[in-house]
Amino acid sequence: MASTILLDIGFMAMLVVVAFAIVRLRSLFAIVMLQGVYSLVSAAWFVSLDAVDVAFTEAAVGAGVSTVLMLAAMLLADRESRPVPLGRQIGPLLIVVFAGLAMFYAVGDMPAYGDAHSPANSYVGHDYLDRTAEEIHIPNVVTAVLASYRGYDTFGEAVVVFAAGLGVLLLLGLNGNAGRWRAKPNGVRVSKQAAPAARKRPLPADAPQPMSAPAATIMTTRAKKPAAKKKKGGSS
Amino acid sequence: MTPHVILRIIAKFLIPLIALFAFYVQFHGDFGPGGGFQAGVILAASVILYALIFGLEAAKEAIPPSWVRIGMSLGVLLYGGTGVVTWMLGGEFLNYSVLIDGYPAKGQHYGIIAVELGVLLAVASVMLAIFYAFGSRQPDLSEEDW
Amino acid sequence: MISAVFENYHYSVVIILMMTGLYVVFSSRNLIKKLVGLSVFQTSVFLLYITIGKVAGGQPPILVDDGHGGGHGDGKDHHAEVATNLLAGGEAKVGGAQHSAEVLYSNPLPHVLILTAIVVGVATLAIGLALVVRIREVYGSIEEDVIADLDHRYNLEGTAD
Repeated sequence: MASTILLDIGFMAMLVVVAFAIVRLRSLFAIVMLQGVYSLVSAAWFVSLDAVDVAFTEAAVGAGVSTVLMLAAMLLADRESRPVPLGRQIGPLLIVVFAGLAMFYAVGDMPAYGDAHSPANSYVGHDYLDRTAEEIHIPNVVTAVLASYRGYDTFGEAVVVFAAGLGVLLLLGLNGNAGRWRAKPNGVRVSKQAAPAARKRPLPADAPQPMSAPAATIMTTRAKKPAAKKKKGGSS
Repeated sequence: MTPHVILRIIAKFLIPLIALFAFYVQFHGDFGPGGGFQAGVILAASVILYALIFGLEAAKEAIPPSWVRIGMSLGVLLYGGTGVVTWMLGGEFLNYSVLIDGYPAKGQHYGIIAVELGVLLAVASVMLAIFYAFGSRQPDLSEEDW
Repeated sequence: MISAVFENYHYSVVIILMMTGLYVVFSSRNLIKKLVGLSVFQTSVFLLYITIGKVAGGQPPILVDDGHGGGHGDGKDHHAEVATNLLAGGEAKVGGAQHSAEVLYSNPLPHVLILTAIVVGVATLAIGLALVVRIREVYGSIEEDVIADLDHRYNLEGTAD
């Protein structure tokens, strides 16, 4: 028991340090990488908390895929976040401290850590453990509950993931060119190239021109690819 | 691409292993930690690694975006279709016990395998679709900013 | 209240982590940093759920009775000092075929809920990032105050040129 307590305290300390570093840092690259570190450390803690399936998922999804996605989005957006003036940080700090104190007040009503007879661990969770061996005959209770007892739930989750993927495809396009082609029914352009605010910045030289035909857009996309790719390979 | 020799050799060795591990996680999920969600993400990660090292165009030739688009709908359909099949066999929606007549536990096994396959397809395809979408978007600012 | 905070220090640390994530969401104006904060907040909520589902001296919820034994390498050193410890270690090793009820497992239900939440979380994060990318392309910035300023000027003057 003593070893796991030390392990737990070590993981907690690392999580707190990483979270505070995320607050303090301004370089987005460092922030995104630290988010990956945070996910990885919490995955390690999940193993210590007996949630092996969750740890597996968190390590693959939180530390792997979401970091890659954030890096890709950062490549398309910005590198540095501007400093926030001190006067504008007091309000959020007060709200957060107040909410945190309210939650600390509520900790007194929580079941003791590791209590096998707490309400959360008593009824339905225990039931699943008992019945999986009889009804489904597979050792991993988490899979049994996920796919069978709560299959309807998981169906909903799969649909949510599908819908989210669809949303990204609508926003960016599977080939990365959603929103770049302008509709021109009867020779009249119905949408503007960009919001008026963006006009102030000069467009980059190789960005698709306002009236460019689809074929031209594809050609610029093709032409610029190798440079962008080499960068990505190098930074990983 | 010539400078990354070590990266390329290691990746060529690792990518099949990652894909194989994904299928191990998928089909061993009944016995150990794992399942469709994890396997889908790992399978997508193997393709993402390929794209990071050999370029997005090469990855798109290996796994065309149209497959990805079909895969994500097919996964959800496979999951929902399992439910419809159980309906047709006289059970409730997603009650796999009726899949094999007389052996409810066996039916549960097959049902879980079918459903997890659907999750694998949906999750892997969606993750790849998201990655393709972000990866092929053109950066708006010059590369020298790094 | 104070003693409870220190006795259940796991919950307290998780609350601190949660509030840190929330603070990043509130205070930062950079949209990507906001999303990172949201992600930290989300992971901390997962930690809270899993901490509640932990049973002292328990094993991962993979049944060990069929000899396949996904989890028998783990958790043997978790001997708890609580009254339930006679359920945890000793009999589990003796209990051969049918005695799955005597091994103490952690609660599988939070694990299932969180497992799907993680995957849904990354999918919704991707939506947020896609929105950020589109905002950047239109406004040329992902700082909230710059965007609000541009919007404000556009609404007042009809043009920002």
